[in-house]
Amino acid sequence: MTLFRSFRSTALAASLALGFTLPNVASALADEQHFPLQSYRVGPYAAGGTGFFGGFIDYLNLINTRDGGVNGVKLTWSEGETQYEVERGVEAYERLKSNPGVAAWNPLSVGIAYAMIDRITQDKTPLITINHGRTDSTDGRVFPYVFPLLLNPYSETSGIVNYIGSKEGGLESLKGKKIVVLYHGSPYGKETIPIYELLAKKYGFEVQQIEVPHPGNEQQAQWLTIRRAKPDYVVLRGWGVMNPVALKTAAKTGFPVDRIIGNVWSNSEEDVIPAGDAAKGYTAITTQASGAEYPVVKEIVKTLYDQGKGNLDDKKRIGSVYHNLGIVNGILNVEAIRIAQQKFGKRTLTGDEVRWGFEHLQLDQARVEALGAKDLFHSIHVTWDNHEGNGYVTFQQWDGAKWKVVSDWIAPDWALLRPIIEKSSEAYAKEKGIKIRTAADVDTVTN
Amino acid sequence: MSVLLDTPASAPNLSRTPSLKTWVWPLIVLVVAFGLVPAFGTSYLFEGILLPFLALSLAGVGLNLLTGYAGQVSLGSAAFMAVGAFACFNFNLRVDGLPLFGSIILAGLTAAAVGLVFGLPSLRLRGFYLAVSTLAAQFFVQWALTKFSWFSNESASGVIDAPALTLFGFTFEGAVGRYYFALTIVTLLTFLAYRLVVSEVGRNFIAVRDNETAARIIGIPVLRTKLFAFAISSFIIGVAGVLWAFAYLRTVEPAGFNLDRSFQILFLIIIGGLATIRGAFYGAALIVVFPLILSRLGALVFGDLFDSGVLDMAQRIVLGALIILFLILEPDGLAALFARIREKIRGGFLRS
Amino acid sequence: MTGFDWLFFTEVLVGGLLSGVMYSLVAIGFVLIYKTSGVLNFAQGAMLLFAALTFVSLTERGINFPLAFVITFAIMVALGIAIERAVLRPLVNKPPITLFMATLGLSYVLEGAAQLVWGTQVHGLDLGIEDLPFDIGGVFISQFDIFAAAVALGLVVALSLFFRYTRIGLGFRAVADDQFAALAVGLKLNWIWASVWAAAGLVALVAGLLWGARSGVQFSLSLIVLKALPVLVLGGFDSILGAIVGGLLVGATEKLAEVYIGEYFGGGIESWFAYAVALVFLLIRPAGLFGQKLVERV
Repeated sequence: MTLFRSFRSTALAASLALGFTLPNVASALADEQHFPLQSYRVGPYAAGGTGFFGGFIDYLNLINTRDGGVNGVKLTWSEGETQYEVERGVEAYERLKSNPGVAAWNPLSVGIAYAMIDRITQDKTPLITINHGRTDSTDGRVFPYVFPLLLNPYSETSGIVNYIGSKEGGLESLKGKKIVVLYHGSPYGKETIPIYELLAKKYGFEVQQIEVPHPGNEQQAQWLTIRRAKPDYVVLRGWGVMNPVALKTAAKTGFPVDRIIGNVWSNSEEDVIPAGDAAKGYTAITTQASGAEYPVVKEIVKTLYDQGKGNLDDKKRIGSVYHNLGIVNGILNVEAIRIAQQKFGKRTLTGDEVRWGFEHLQLDQARVEALGAKDLFHSIHVTWDNHEGNGYVTFQQWDGAKWKVVSDWIAPDWALLRPIIEKSSEAYAKEKGIKIRTAADVDTVTN
Repeated sequence: MSVLLDTPASAPNLSRTPSLKTWVWPLIVLVVAFGLVPAFGTSYLFEGILLPFLALSLAGVGLNLLTGYAGQVSLGSAAFMAVGAFACFNFNLRVDGLPLFGSIILAGLTAAAVGLVFGLPSLRLRGFYLAVSTLAAQFFVQWALTKFSWFSNESASGVIDAPALTLFGFTFEGAVGRYYFALTIVTLLTFLAYRLVVSEVGRNFIAVRDNETAARIIGIPVLRTKLFAFAISSFIIGVAGVLWAFAYLRTVEPAGFNLDRSFQILFLIIIGGLATIRGAFYGAALIVVFPLILSRLGALVFGDLFDSGVLDMAQRIVLGALIILFLILEPDGLAALFARIREKIRGGFLRS
Repeated sequence: MTGFDWLFFTEVLVGGLLSGVMYSLVAIGFVLIYKTSGVLNFAQGAMLLFAALTFVSLTERGINFPLAFVITFAIMVALGIAIERAVLRPLVNKPPITLFMATLGLSYVLEGAAQLVWGTQVHGLDLGIEDLPFDIGGVFISQFDIFAAAVALGLVVALSLFFRYTRIGLGFRAVADDQFAALAVGLKLNWIWASVWAAAGLVALVAGLLWGARSGVQFSLSLIVLKALPVLVLGGFDSILGAIVGGLLVGATEKLAEVYIGEYFGGGIESWFAYAVALVFLLIRPAGLFGQKLVERV
């Protein structure tokens, strides 16, 4: 009598759960494009989740309210809470994928993105991992549906080293310098270890990489080691609470804060505000400048927040790093749809058609300005085999109240990194028996 | 735990003929699970509900052997799942010609060996001291798997992809295929676990749990029994880890096997019923399905009134409150609850 | 040993001991509750988060420092009484593991409630103590850590006085010694439990403020319990003195290990090293630091 009852209760409960999903499915009107959002508004990373998904939704809402959609095609979305947990993300994927007219997935979580790669490839829907994700998915020959837009972890590493070089008066001045990388003890944190080693060899600086165990609320030992090592710079490759604690402990052990450079997940207001004065003078990389002075952000305030329709609860967070990242993510998604519409018609597109749109997502600086995002981000040029799109980076310094841009737009050394990425993606293709795409495959689109 | 004397599934066998009646219902369940469910289920049912349910149930069966039967509390279950998943990946990758079935058994054995090592403190520690020291397994394993990239085949990000599921020349593909794969393994191991608890070893487990000194007096090798409980339980949990990673998520990363997962597994056997095999299935069903119902219901009823952040936070509160309420109302778990209902129904029939 | 940098060693050791005090602070909250009711209260971390978040949100709304402290303390007392009523009393005489699971449920409720009421934003918390190092003969010592240690000391003294000289405190000790005897002489167990939970609430508030000032007030505060658990294994679940000495030991060995041994393992060993220390210690000396009996059933 062991198994039967368990089954019966499961079946009952399952049918209940299924029943409840039905009202979620939007009515299949002809001209709608849907964004299923695996958001996280609860749990340890809620602050980042509310900012990013808030900005994304705000932009979609702006397009609907101001322009009546993309060429008349309305944008819709639905949210599934993940709490940043992989299995909740998978559940949300399976539940939301049956919604009609799914354009693309934007989970903003490496773990969830990994679990989705097989699934979205099978379902032929694009997966956008802006500023994060699997580095080798940059190679569109092997990963047709995955887009680590603007910046993959390797480019980020190269961008940071280039910036330090420029501060020292040129890359050749890096010779003999010492850089410590303080990284989060997770797959994410470890991903760039070989790239720092490579760049250290190339430019002749010395690198020491030190791990901080998750979650990182105690870093006395690491910073004492750093103090003994006396590096010229410390790169912070942090996540969550590790960042403010790093800044606090740096102050405590007497390491100058203006010699600490944060990576792309250590660059938000949430990372510096808890550190108080210890964060004043801290610099971090970003692909999108923060602030509310950009035309597109102003329009969002005018069209949405002034009418009480904005997504953020706290208006002070408009123009924050995560909010602006969400807005830029919105721009990239919407423009991919617009580009795909030019080829396939102004209607609801299939996931594969949107994929084609992303593979032709070319926004030069003039186009970015026309979109009201001049200086918010630089430009992007995605091609069928380069799914990152050569995003530029800039550096912002925290003055105690807000971030201030302190550098020009800097280009990572893409040519140096490409062979490493291809080696990894080709190994993946071999392991999984994937046929490497050629330019001819790009226009084969399922609809 | 000593006061929890919920009758294990084995009890009826002693008095009645152990024949047909015991096996009728499980057989019907299996026929339905193998035959009917795949015919009617949707992809969401398999991917979102049944696959995590099966993996967690198996982990629950494993932990119940250790905690429910042998009385040793462990907070490190997720670590043994991780060991199983990563061991299976590596055996499959590095040993040429080894069939997946072999990799799974070796993965289970690896988890059993690790379980044995982290079970050693049980020889000297008890209660919460033991429970907290099993946390050492939790953190050490997660650290080791993240630290040494050999385990993840030098993959830059430490996340690995699951290979194709091929057993005896047959490849299980798609949601339904993976469901069959998981169901077969769960059925097999649950049957073995059931045989174990009705055997002499199972009785030794219970004797050690109920009174260690008495067990020693009647000649039960207490230390060996405890270590065996750790090993066999870790074996099953390790295989559950293989299912979780290979059949359900299709990726393996250390972060997925964190402390929350360990608590989840301990929680599901307490909710389901300690020292019962079926309890693990009840508990897993509840823990997988219940939050989903809660969130659907919340979105349906209050979706227009509140934004999703408020809704999700409220769900967390409700979930926690219901856990407490459940422990107050039914501390012996769903298995006891259902048994009582069954008695009631049977009593009703007799009277009429 | 030529070339061994004793100055640096001292610095790591002192830093470790001071971090250890911070672990002890969290561990004391566990001990108070475990001693009287036999519950390993996993919700201690959530209480810490709840207290710190309430306090910081109050101050951000313009309430001054002492008043916010008093209000938060009052809320924590109310919370302690509510927990006793709603969770502990209905579960009395249930196996400890059931109670443990109930506190896990409780931590969901508290985390959810804290974030529902005060939002998910992260906050900075400035207690008005400069956290700049001072230099004592070449050894850098953090002012803030010294302050935290002093507060912890003060708290322990206050708790000891409370238990020595007040009725409730004496009742607490009676219950800790022998629950049934205490009941038999007519002590009101409910009140004692409620006040112990309130005291644990105070400890949570103080620990929350100190940790919050170091790392910001945010969700991860509730993860600090993981640092306190090995301290408890080492020092004993039922000894305040054990929690303090255990904390110091864990803090010091963990830092020294990370700095001197860590590099041979590739670093980051802090996450499990404390547990390993506690385990090895107990295997050598099963009676724990202070010889309390370990015979207990779960």
